[in-house]
Amino acid sequence: MADINKLQDFASQVRRDILRMVHAVNSGHPGGSLGSTDFVTALYQDILSYDSSNFTMEGKGEDIFYLSNGHISPMWYSILAHSGFFAVSELATFRKIGTRLQGHPTTAEGLEGIRIASGSLGQGLSVAIGHAQAKKLDNDNHIVYTLHGDGELDEGQIWEAVLYAAAKKVDNLIATVDYNKQQIDGPIEEVMSLGDLAAKWKAFGWIVMEMKGNDMADIIKVMAQAKEAAHQGKPIVVLMHTEMGAGVDFMMGTHKWHGVAPNDEQLANALGQLPETLGDY
Amino acid sequence: MKKYTYTEQKDTRSGFGAGLLEAGKKNSNVVAFCADLIGSLKMGDFKNEFPERFFQAGIAEANMIGMAAGMATAGKIPFTGTFANFSTARVLDQVRQSIAYSNKNVKICASHAGLTLGEDGATHQTMEDISMMKNLPNMVVINPCDYNQTKAATLAILDYEGPVYLRFGRPKVPVFTPEDQKFEIGKAIIFNEGADVSIFATGHMVWKAIEAGELLAAKGIDAEIINIHTIKPLDQKAVLDSVAKTNCVVTAEEHLRNGGLGDSIAQLLALNAPAPIEMVAVDDKFGESGPPEELMSKYGLDTVDIVEAALKVIKRK
Repeated sequence: MADINKLQDFASQVRRDILRMVHAVNSGHPGGSLGSTDFVTALYQDILSYDSSNFTMEGKGEDIFYLSNGHISPMWYSILAHSGFFAVSELATFRKIGTRLQGHPTTAEGLEGIRIASGSLGQGLSVAIGHAQAKKLDNDNHIVYTLHGDGELDEGQIWEAVLYAAAKKVDNLIATVDYNKQQIDGPIEEVMSLGDLAAKWKAFGWIVMEMKGNDMADIIKVMAQAKEAAHQGKPIVVLMHTEMGAGVDFMMGTHKWHGVAPNDEQLANALGQLPETLGDY
Repeated sequence: MKKYTYTEQKDTRSGFGAGLLEAGKKNSNVVAFCADLIGSLKMGDFKNEFPERFFQAGIAEANMIGMAAGMATAGKIPFTGTFANFSTARVLDQVRQSIAYSNKNVKICASHAGLTLGEDGATHQTMEDISMMKNLPNMVVINPCDYNQTKAATLAILDYEGPVYLRFGRPKVPVFTPEDQKFEIGKAIIFNEGADVSIFATGHMVWKAIEAGELLAAKGIDAEIINIHTIKPLDQKAVLDSVAKTNCVVTAEEHLRNGGLGDSIAQLLALNAPAPIEMVAVDDKFGESGPPEELMSKYGLDTVDIVEAALKVIKRK
């Protein structure tokens, strides 16, 4: 059984790291990073099977995770570092010249844990499908997971991939959507309504699940159900209802913190809400 | 002028199909994706021989490029197949981020490049593809000249680790290179040694350059004819050595002048050894419908155009 308290403590440290990283360089994307922290923490600390001390591109015999909405990189970097992929101290180099922690994730700098560049949106689901099909060729039963922004679903390539995965029965794939209902220019309902999102995925032939993406117990429960549903002929998508900016009261419920860093005073206020659990970098 | 002959005409895309089948036999990591053009790309033999390693992507090229990147990440060697326009312009950002920037071992194999696609017209006749692909860091760009060279190139890129754009065409053209040739990526091939003018040609224009060499020889002009099958990385030494001897250059390609082979050679010469250059290429315009040979003539990509360019550039020395 997952230790919910331990996962929550881990997530608190990740949120501190995110805020300090974007504050230090006065750039980056705190809103989506904070909102998806609980889910990706659960992935790396409880759900995925992997060996962070021996990272390989191929990931044979391991579960694989692709972050498609690469702009929430500080969250991913913090979780990778605290999961043993690279030194936590390297988080201090985020977005600085010569860093391996580029603004958007890349393989170009050889950062352990990253398998493809992401940032230009809509490409990660296709990549994940390719990797999932390779696992089938290799008779490897592990699962490929993805995370997408809800705004990212505006991209046409996503729907090409959604069509393909169902048509070709790519059933070792669990896609997740950070469904915070916000994108850069405003609420999704105003910018580009997704309509009945669950019905859309269902109509394409996917198994659709929904979860509370900022509720650790619900994440563990629903992701276990998603894993149970794998290998049965259909791809799986989990729509996770989240709050952009989750964990910091003044950042929640608005798109305004999508790509803005906190100032000194705001940082102090935010850190006051988040216990330092694993030690700041 | 060294004598070149041919006994048959075959399409370069069939050379790709034959090479792909052999690549699949040589290496069980080879997988192939096609965007609903199996017949046009000659991928049917691979599909029949290795159905479990063949992936029909449907008419969804962006997804196909992404899937190939994922397959490569997992250690497979994906070859993607569709028309040149849909392999490049349609998916440029996917190729850029998921393949070139991520440095994935994907082979983007592109047929029906250039004007010789013919009757389908300008929507399908890309003459900008070399430009787009050569401008991506990490990307190797290859444009073989006949069936045998295309087959050899397909096998050569199997053994190269990294992103490759392999460009070939639709029509049947003379087969004049040896069946058992060794294809070295980035290594130009000298078809004829000469002292008066260097003619650098790629793809379907190589045979026309040989024909032009014969016509020039009849006029007493000794042309050096070099096949640049790899546009990037360019064989700089071969170009500079040849121009040091001839002091003038003609380039010939089935592509726009902007961003093509001639552009690469002009840049190399400007930086190292400036020399007069004439470019046989299409000048900043789209193509149109028509029989391939008539189009080549109309757009200035014929044997006679190479001859005229050579005569002109020699006068500029």
